[in-house]
Amino acid sequence: LTRGGLDDAAWEEVEDTLLAADLGIDATNELVEQLRTEVKVHGTSDEATVRGWLRTDLLRLVDPGMNRALASARVDGRPAVVLVVGVNGTGKTTTVGKLARVLVAEDKDVLLGAADTFRAAAADQLETWGARVGVPTVRSHKDGADPAAVAFDAVKAGIELEADVVLLDTAGRLHNKANLMDELGKIKRVVEKQSPIDEVLLVLDATTGQNGLRQAEVFAQVVGITGIVLTKLDGTAKGGIVVAVQRKLGVPVKLVGLGEGPDDLAPFDPEAFVDAILA
Amino acid sequence: MFTSLSDRLAATFKNLRGKGRLSESDVNKTVRDIRMALLEADVALPVVKDFTHNIRERALGAEVSQALNPAQQIVKIVNEELIDILGQHTRPLRLAKTAPTVIMLAGLQGSGKTTLAGKLGKWFKDQGDTPLLVAADLQRPNAVTQLQVVGERAGVPVFAPEKGNVGGHDAVGPTGEGTRSYGDPVEVAEDGIQHAISKLYNVVIVDTAGRLAVDENLMQQAADIRDAIEPDEVLFVIDAMIGQAAVETAQAFQDGIDFTGVVLSKLDGDARGGAALSVAKITGRPIMFASTGEGVKDFEIFHPDRMASRILDM
Ligand SMILES: Nc1nc2c(ncn2[C@@H]2O[C@H](COP(=O)(O)OP(=O)(O)OP(=O)(O)O)[C@@H](O)[C@H]2O)c(=O)[nH]1
Ligand SMILES: Nc1nc2c(ncn2[C@@H]2O[C@H](COP(=O)(O)OP(=O)(O)OP(=O)(O)O)[C@@H](O)[C@H]2O)c(=O)[nH]1
Ligand SMILES: [K+]
Ligand SMILES: [Mg+2]
Ligand SMILES: [Mg+2]
Repeated sequence: LTRGGLDDAAWEEVEDTLLAADLGIDATNELVEQLRTEVKVHGTSDEATVRGWLRTDLLRLVDPGMNRALASARVDGRPAVVLVVGVNGTGKTTTVGKLARVLVAEDKDVLLGAADTFRAAAADQLETWGARVGVPTVRSHKDGADPAAVAFDAVKAGIELEADVVLLDTAGRLHNKANLMDELGKIKRVVEKQSPIDEVLLVLDATTGQNGLRQAEVFAQVVGITGIVLTKLDGTAKGGIVVAVQRKLGVPVKLVGLGEGPDDLAPFDPEAFVDAILA
Repeated sequence: MFTSLSDRLAATFKNLRGKGRLSESDVNKTVRDIRMALLEADVALPVVKDFTHNIRERALGAEVSQALNPAQQIVKIVNEELIDILGQHTRPLRLAKTAPTVIMLAGLQGSGKTTLAGKLGKWFKDQGDTPLLVAADLQRPNAVTQLQVVGERAGVPVFAPEKGNVGGHDAVGPTGEGTRSYGDPVEVAEDGIQHAISKLYNVVIVDTAGRLAVDENLMQQAADIRDAIEPDEVLFVIDAMIGQAAVETAQAFQDGIDFTGVVLSKLDGDARGGAALSVAKITGRPIMFASTGEGVKDFEIFHPDRMASRILDM
């Protein structure tokens, strides 16, 4: 959107900016239509003005008013339980580690549960993160142990130790694999035998394209996601697919991942997100 | 929501009368349909533009007739073009004249490199070769442990002189030192080759840490590993779910490490995988393998025709 005036090339540039951020065709068309109407109604061709409108419209779509608070305090005399889910390699385990660090900094007692018993060395990876940020990890030493049992044990330990938060890491799974999604549903049901789950975070990789919406839909159906963590925003990808996810499912992005280190987790900032897309 | 390209084109040509060439306006609509289909499949924008430009030329020149179903004719043209790009340079793995054959894996974080190391190892082993996996990701917590478990599952030995990031200590020191220094991955890779030579392994597969396209330091480290071990193949592993970032990513890895081939991972998902087209078109490097699951056997030769159908949702 560098050109003044609103010839076809300028409109194409607007559209390209949004598509290149992985917003997808529907959200892009909606925004472009809205902007066209505004331009028509107000009859301006001033670049800065139009740019301002686009920013406002996009920000409205991202909806700064959504409640993005994380359920991470004890409720009814029991720990908050947070379940972390997503497809393979998006950054779930890393996010659990970073989130533990944030909560520890808030003086909370945190316990990790390694309910990924499948991926090679997944529990070791989580335990290393736990040690790094100074919190214990409940795990099984048996490859292929029942992940629901590990999750159950972790929540049980969290209740007994009077922890503030129990963070449950799960194995990456593709949403189109029915057996793996059933397994996830079972983890949730088994945990809920002793405690409600307060937060289900879907971890989405910012590089993900249009498939991200499908991921969110299926995970929402199976375990009822309550928030999105958008990881790897330190790369060039803008993560625009979350706009479609919020729009379709009403599930807010709560946190963003900005690197591989323990401090690289931040609350989602709608304005910064929008500015990065339009930059 | 997703309508296939065939459905869309059928709607476009609903009112087409008689025989002959497509009118300018028919072609415009056609190009719009194709553009939409490709964008929904996550083909990157610059590649979509280039592609639709070529299709426009072909569509303008094509003889179509309603009797022969113009929608199908156009789909056929698009499909041919896709296969052409995806399959232009298909070739088998390059093996060293004198053993060992060295294969280096690189890619973004979480793309599937370590898992692929196990798959490739097993694949070679099943052909009677004697592969060795080398653990040169010393950065990701327990990446070395992961490769050791992967090697065990594949029945392939792992060279891991450094444990990497397992201490649970926080390496981000007050002066910022040591965030990535759990040992020297370049040295591990070099030693791995020497180890293979002395123990007579005939294939060496070097796993490296995930890195971002924009991370110049880590990209340089990958280039250093490459220069130190002079691999016969440098395979760029890319997640089939990736969206528009595919272009910059592929470009950065091509500039950084000049990879020789591509492996598309997580094709067992339901992403349409337009990245395959983006990477092939932008880099001209062959897509050699498809990774299709978490198990050590979930791995196959890449099929351009199947990929084309998948991108077009046929
Ligand atoms: N640059 C960057 N890398 C990240 C971020 N979050 C995670 N990673 C990296 O992404 C890779 C995968 O992270 P994991 O936490 O293992 O992902 P996961 O979702 O637990 O993976 P599976 O359990 O195998 O499905 C690792 O190399 C992480 O260091 C982030 O915000 N930025
Ligand atoms: N479904 C599926 N999962 C895969 C495939 N390839 C790898 N994975 C999974 O994706 C996740 C990441 O794989 P890794 O092999 O650890 O990826 P990586 O590139 O080595 O990751 P980093 O070293 O952290 O950069 C793991 O959960 C793997 O099991 C595949 O083809 N299909
Ligand atoms: K990924
Ligand atoms: Mg994990
Ligand atoms: Mg790895």
